[in-house]
Amino acid sequence: MTTSVIAKGIVPRISRGVGGRSRVALAVGGTLILAWAVIALFWPHLAPYDPVHQDPLHRFAPPGPGHWLGTDQFGRDTLSRMLAGARPVLQVAPLATALGTLAGTVVGLVAGTFGGLVDEVVMRVLDAIVVFPTIIAAVLFVALSGRSVTAVVLVIAASFTTIVARSVRAATLVEREKAYVEAARLRGERSWSLMLREILPNVTTTVLVEATSRFGDAIFAAATLSFLGLGQPPGSPEWGASVSDNRTWLQIAPWTVLAPALAIASLVVATALVADALRSRWEAP
Amino acid sequence: MRRFLLRRLAAIPLTLVAVSALVFAATELIPGDVARAILGREASESAVRALRVQLGLDRPAATRYVDWLGGFVTGRWGDSYTLKVPVRDLVLDRLGASLLLALLAFVLLVPVAVTLGLVAGINHDRPADRVISVTGLTFGATPEFVTGVILLVVFSVKLRWLPASAQIPPDASPVEALNHLLLPALSLVILCTGYVARHVRASTVTAVESAYARAAELRGFTRAQVVRRHVLRNATVPATSALGVQLQFLLGGLVAVELLFNYPGIGALLLQSAIDKDLPTLQTTAMVLGILYMLVVLGADVVYRVLDPRVRLGVAAR
Repeated sequence: MTTSVIAKGIVPRISRGVGGRSRVALAVGGTLILAWAVIALFWPHLAPYDPVHQDPLHRFAPPGPGHWLGTDQFGRDTLSRMLAGARPVLQVAPLATALGTLAGTVVGLVAGTFGGLVDEVVMRVLDAIVVFPTIIAAVLFVALSGRSVTAVVLVIAASFTTIVARSVRAATLVEREKAYVEAARLRGERSWSLMLREILPNVTTTVLVEATSRFGDAIFAAATLSFLGLGQPPGSPEWGASVSDNRTWLQIAPWTVLAPALAIASLVVATALVADALRSRWEAP
Repeated sequence: MRRFLLRRLAAIPLTLVAVSALVFAATELIPGDVARAILGREASESAVRALRVQLGLDRPAATRYVDWLGGFVTGRWGDSYTLKVPVRDLVLDRLGASLLLALLAFVLLVPVAVTLGLVAGINHDRPADRVISVTGLTFGATPEFVTGVILLVVFSVKLRWLPASAQIPPDASPVEALNHLLLPALSLVILCTGYVARHVRASTVTAVESAYARAAELRGFTRAQVVRRHVLRNATVPATSALGVQLQFLLGGLVAVELLFNYPGIGALLLQSAIDKDLPTLQTTAMVLGILYMLVVLGADVVYRVLDPRVRLGVAAR
């Protein structure tokens, strides 16, 4: 075994059992996520202004009655841009999470069930990919392949594949040794059906836990890529890009930076709370 | 231990080949013509062709890969397409700057995270634990540039305590330099503290509830003595692996933090060379970061083994 002890990174959870605290976290986080999802879907009906409408007479207006969260260097309404910015991130994150979890589950199941050479090759390839932190790999691929939503989704999904595959493989290795799998094997079930009908249903908890944790990571990664200028084209109200575009004016119009920054924070924190609460539910003995 | 080290060291060249292939393949993905991209739209077709030959881009990809890898291993890293300076000077200079920032963040991170984790673990399921755990979870989930921007607004714009740019003026005293680095380092620390503290907390809880800690308590040692002599080491050693993971986050986080604070580090260089399609710089930067990352993981594994006698002596062998 040359696999790193580090790479196995198990995250100890904070809430234990199905106590009241996890219920509060679930309620608070769930409400926030739901609110942002509603905003992402219906922002054209909710935003007071057109998020790309420029109003040169009201540049850098401080938060007040006309513009609740002020305006930016082009006189665009900060609140409207913040609401509109929910959509791109909530398109990328679920897609990347679903893709990455699916691919990782397949890879992990196959490597764990078949073992031997297949397992060895798959794990070595994963080891090489893991050498790149998500953001570094993303910069490399997205900057070079030309920025597009597809590129962002694919690169995030690819980095999740490696993480999910490791967890699912570990869970598969545990299940494979259990009596019910042995029984199925003796019944004459073949490896594929063993994998899909016996092992897969018993590693679903692992898959669900991975998916919820990865969802937060996806929002984190999508926001960061957008901040680095690798998201949607300039001028779009994406949160990360808004922070980056407006930071030049931090001294005179801090609200233009704080609004999208706090929007990102609220969504990632809500996701983290929900993921932690769900994990403690699903993993509770 | 020696066998473990040898195996891990032997795996490095293999991983490097895989990593270099990935980096090279990524740079092959560039749509359009690199020579055209450098010269611009107006350049004549013959000029573009000449540059392509000059850069060796007319040769097959496999030849270029072998050449490039050979050059990388022997330290011939070429010249930057856009900045016209040797890549080696550029990358090593930026790497030094980033390591300084990462080191400061790490030095701040360890005592803060370990203390918080210990306090949470000793008081587990009490208010102190809840506050620490939920705060850590919250900050750990928030991207470093978001915390960085909030820190900027508070400490630089409102309070005017610290400078907004991390660029250290050449004649700055060490204290001034530290002032410039403090906000970017803090945004990295805030990102990583929660995760490390969580690991320390988990192993502290295990240690506090262990038979040996309970026995010590029953023999009449005070809580402080039990913690110092029995809990501390058992709680912190497993956390070294968490620190390894966080060092990786630190490296990845450098990109956004360096951009936010205008810091001339290797993360910013990676981003800039990717946007400029400055291939020699980009490939070298990515390789250097990949190697750094690998060494960090290896280092953390070694430290973990050195500190934990059970792993060191192979008692807990698989």
